[in-house]
Amino acid sequence: MLLTLLLTPLIAALLVPLMPKNSVKPLALVGTLVPLALVIFWLATHNWYAGAPVDARVDLPWVPQLGVRFTLDIDGLSMALVALTAFLGPICVLASFTAITTRLRTYYGWLLVLQAVMTGVFLARDAVVFYVMFEFTLVPMFVLISLFGSTNRKAAAIKFFLYTFTGSVLALAGIVYLAWFNTTLDPKLFEGAGNWSFGVSTLINAGQRMSMLQQTWVFAGLMAGFAVKVPLFPLHTWLPLAHTEAPTAGSVVLAGVLLKLGTFAIFTLAIPMVPMAAVTYAPVIAVLAIIGCIYGGLICWVQTDVKKVVAYSSVAHLGFCILGMFAFNAAGLQGSVLYMINHGLSTGALFLCIGMMYERYHTRNMAEIGGLAMKMPIWASFFVLFTMASVGLPGTNGFVSEFLCVLGAFQAGGNLTGFAGSTGGNLGPWYAATAGTGMIIGAIYLLNMLGRVCFGPLKEPVGHGHDHPGSGGHGQGHATGGSVGHEINDGSVVHLPADLTGREIGILLPIAFACIFFGLFPNPLMRLTEIPVMNQVRMVEAVRREMPSVPSVPSVPAVLSVPSVLSVPSARPGTAASSAFFSAPGISQSHAASVEVNPVVAASAISAVRPASGANSGAASGPAFVPASQSAPAKSGAAVESHS
Amino acid sequence: MIEKLSTLWPEVALLIGATLTMIFGVSPSLAVRRLCAPIAGAALTIAGVLAFTGQHTSVSLTPNLSTYGKVIAAGVGLLLLLLVVGLPDRAYEARLARSVSRSGAFDALRNTRGEFYAFFLFSIAGLMLCASADDLVWLFLALELVSLPTYVMVTMSTPHNRSMEAGVKYFFLGAMGAATFLYGFALIYGATGTTYLPKIAELLQSQMASGGLSGLAVAGLVLSIIGICFKIAAVPMHFYTADVYQGAHSAVTAFLAFVPKTAGFFALILLLSLVGWSSTDATSSGLPQPLHTILWIIAALTMTVGNVLAVLQTSVKRIFAYSSIAHSGYMLVGLIAGPGPSLAEGGAPLQSSGLAAVLFYLLAYGVTNVAAFAVLSSLEKSGKGAGATASVAGDPDGEPAEVDSISDLRGLCSTSPLLGWTMVIACVGLLGLPPLLGFFSKMPLLTSGVRAGEYGLVVILVLNSAIAAFYYLRIAGSALLESPDLSGLSTVRPVGVATRPLAGLLAAACVVGLSFYPVMDAARWGGKFVGVEKAPSQQPVKAEPAAQAASSALDGGHTASSQSSESAVK
Repeated sequence: MLLTLLLTPLIAALLVPLMPKNSVKPLALVGTLVPLALVIFWLATHNWYAGAPVDARVDLPWVPQLGVRFTLDIDGLSMALVALTAFLGPICVLASFTAITTRLRTYYGWLLVLQAVMTGVFLARDAVVFYVMFEFTLVPMFVLISLFGSTNRKAAAIKFFLYTFTGSVLALAGIVYLAWFNTTLDPKLFEGAGNWSFGVSTLINAGQRMSMLQQTWVFAGLMAGFAVKVPLFPLHTWLPLAHTEAPTAGSVVLAGVLLKLGTFAIFTLAIPMVPMAAVTYAPVIAVLAIIGCIYGGLICWVQTDVKKVVAYSSVAHLGFCILGMFAFNAAGLQGSVLYMINHGLSTGALFLCIGMMYERYHTRNMAEIGGLAMKMPIWASFFVLFTMASVGLPGTNGFVSEFLCVLGAFQAGGNLTGFAGSTGGNLGPWYAATAGTGMIIGAIYLLNMLGRVCFGPLKEPVGHGHDHPGSGGHGQGHATGGSVGHEINDGSVVHLPADLTGREIGILLPIAFACIFFGLFPNPLMRLTEIPVMNQVRMVEAVRREMPSVPSVPSVPAVLSVPSVLSVPSARPGTAASSAFFSAPGISQSHAASVEVNPVVAASAISAVRPASGANSGAASGPAFVPASQSAPAKSGAAVESHS
Repeated sequence: MIEKLSTLWPEVALLIGATLTMIFGVSPSLAVRRLCAPIAGAALTIAGVLAFTGQHTSVSLTPNLSTYGKVIAAGVGLLLLLLVVGLPDRAYEARLARSVSRSGAFDALRNTRGEFYAFFLFSIAGLMLCASADDLVWLFLALELVSLPTYVMVTMSTPHNRSMEAGVKYFFLGAMGAATFLYGFALIYGATGTTYLPKIAELLQSQMASGGLSGLAVAGLVLSIIGICFKIAAVPMHFYTADVYQGAHSAVTAFLAFVPKTAGFFALILLLSLVGWSSTDATSSGLPQPLHTILWIIAALTMTVGNVLAVLQTSVKRIFAYSSIAHSGYMLVGLIAGPGPSLAEGGAPLQSSGLAAVLFYLLAYGVTNVAAFAVLSSLEKSGKGAGATASVAGDPDGEPAEVDSISDLRGLCSTSPLLGWTMVIACVGLLGLPPLLGFFSKMPLLTSGVRAGEYGLVVILVLNSAIAAFYYLRIAGSALLESPDLSGLSTVRPVGVATRPLAGLLAAACVVGLSFYPVMDAARWGGKFVGVEKAPSQQPVKAEPAAQAASSALDGGHTASSQSSESAVK
């Protein structure tokens, strides 16, 4: 199953060069639709919520001399992201039908390769396989940007490649160090110890046995690699350029999936492998994330290029995602995971909308266009919807995830002071409050963009005519880059009507549906990903207890040592508890979550008098859900509400 | 003495082949002269088979190095031979063919074909001798046998003055390098009183056990290392590289990037094994402190200087020259890491053994380089633009210029897809992007470096890989992404020699990595390091028979795999 998912686009990509030119598009569509059908079928037939073991593990020897095995596996989180990749695949292909008119074989071939390797990253369970896939995404993306991008495409492609490559070789050094550390361990400790192995679970087991100093260095290496991809604040400068210069489908893939490779890698590799360092340096990362939220937002505010606004908004949005992830509590991690999916949907859709506008007007400069709602009402409705989803309007998917991320950061305080509703951690209300201003800025710049593009008096670029949409607006000498012309599209004879065609509506409609559906009913997504999320929460809790520097509950039972927590297969009672935790429908559910804190977490911070046996079952298996913090629900709820 | 000679059949085969090519090369008949290349190929094949099947009763501290070294020398030598076919005497033969009326006017003195192939074989014979050296004098002679023919090959590779200039530079700087390491060898002899390597190792080890190496020995080793840096194009002796690589014909450049470099690394392995990498302590390289410091600095500088200077170049051949420096720096990391804790376990795993990593990387780099230079040597440039860029005074016979600047490769993937894609694969392979050979050969360097505790070097290495991405991408991007230059000022077209693209294709197939796993086993086997017999107190006595049994089992077990490795190389 996993190999089929991986190989279908790859086989299609290999067939593309052999095909006659006019059958390339259908082939690419088939190559992306088959994985989508497989994913949908699999989602429908397998009980993902219960965490039933997925019998899909692929484990083949690859380079035995180096201890590398070709290992693929899937869990709820991987499934969600694979589904996102598969969902965006055919959309990207469809969106390129009119935008790409030359070198079709090259374009669709590399797009399919990209699809395959991105799927591979989410499925890889061997660090080297992961690294191989992670790196190999650079090649197709490099080709797509530098061949099919706008004017400044070569610089953008090279910058993109170099940034990511530099980061990920440092991550490789970290992984190699971990693998070496694993060989120094006693083989009796756990399976795979004492050998050269790059299995993710082995490395996680090994990494958690490292000293704080070692963890710090490995964490620095891994974060250097993955934070570039996310991108986290000081390393984000490649992103706006790459986004702006990439062709529409490239931007969609970049925003939708490629950035998630970074967050996914932090979630599944960096944090579990070196949890002590991750917990200790969470404030540093969180501060960088918040700077990203605010700084990215402020930059967006002053942009005149629509695509740049959306590009920088990714920096801001992913800041929330990382903030939630480093809160290490159920709300934060769950919100972060949801953010990965939702950002992929809404930002991807925004790029699609902008691409459609660009195909008609050949400019993305907000000074030249305006009031498009009159001219293109259908397009404008979609654009409004996706902007709202991106802003995080309640009822859209963006709200749920953004709210949970900030909530998680809020709750994750109180290591030292302790307050009602705190889950322990070294972030806290101040982090949440500062990030909250980022949300406000987000609303400002996105609505600003929306107002200028869609509403007000109708304004079209000089020389634009509907009879020749392919030739208007070229070479008008605009101040901003990117509007001079899409060279590749020169000579395009594709005639586009004023408003969206059926194909374009067909592209946007599923995303719009998904945005609203996951805004009103985030439950399916939450339950799909909650097992990995809750495992992570428990793992970090246990690590926190072990850490000497952080004040923690006295008399930690020996059972709670890290490996034993990790080896608990899927912790059924905990699952039930957290399903109940997220089961209230819609928006009120999130509100409820803010009041009722996860007992495992709450127990550690609020009731220091909890018996040791309770701690044991709480961390290892998760007790049935009890509404903890009954004493102060109103206070905590009110505080959170003021930020939402 | 007789036993020693019996291990030298591969070299003997090459020397016989060299003699034959010299005789055949002066025949007035073109058909006979054309036999030179097949003869050289046959000699290399026979030498490879002999090296592979022959006994290796080497007494040195790295017992399998000679077999591994000889087999890869023969294997990559065959690829290199495919590159140089059609190179010698091209202009001369063309002139002969033009003047059909005077076809009898063949002048054996002006003909260089026979000498060229003979020198080619001599140099590879020197490489093989280097791998099996067990004496300082032998090692010196072998290194010189590697280098002296290459000076001539560089000079006669093209009729341009540039090549002569390159040859002269190469010769004088090479002589300086040789003098340096010869002086070093002399000092080592002075410190120990013998030139026999195992004996030197014993004496130096006892010196180290009783209060450190003598100053004389340290000075000798350091001078030797610095001298050999010339062969591997490492930092204090790297200045010649760009000029020589650019001046020589691309086919010969590929030869320069593999044969002397490999010989230099074999020599370094032999020299460093004299003082040994401490094999009892797994977490450090265990080289004596002064040597470790010197090598550390050389490695760090070599990587960085090579890559940074490569970024500044616009000529493809100069880029590859500087990148060749950088790759030497990467390999020095493996050399510093050493063979790993092999004594007690009958051979270190590939991930721990820096020597195995170096041996594998040498092969991987050689093959990838062949792919890159196969493309360059398969192209030539003619037209108005050619004279300007070639900058040659008195271009004889209107010989077409070589492809030199990056812009000459523009759109290669669309004008000649085979060559273009070979170039892209070679560049991406040299860059070390997974899942190509370059990545899997860099991995053992990283793992062994980390194993030896050389974190600083490993970080410098990975950062340098990132710098390297910049210029490799420029070349690959120019070939793959740009549109061809149709201005008509100069035209780049393939040379009509079919063997060069063939060599490129074979090499590219290896780089894509269809069958390199057995070669990894072979490299690990070849990188075995036995060390000097220590006092029994340092090593558990009872472990020894088991270790020997395991190592002999390893030898048997890997015969089959190295068999397939040989075929893969060919």
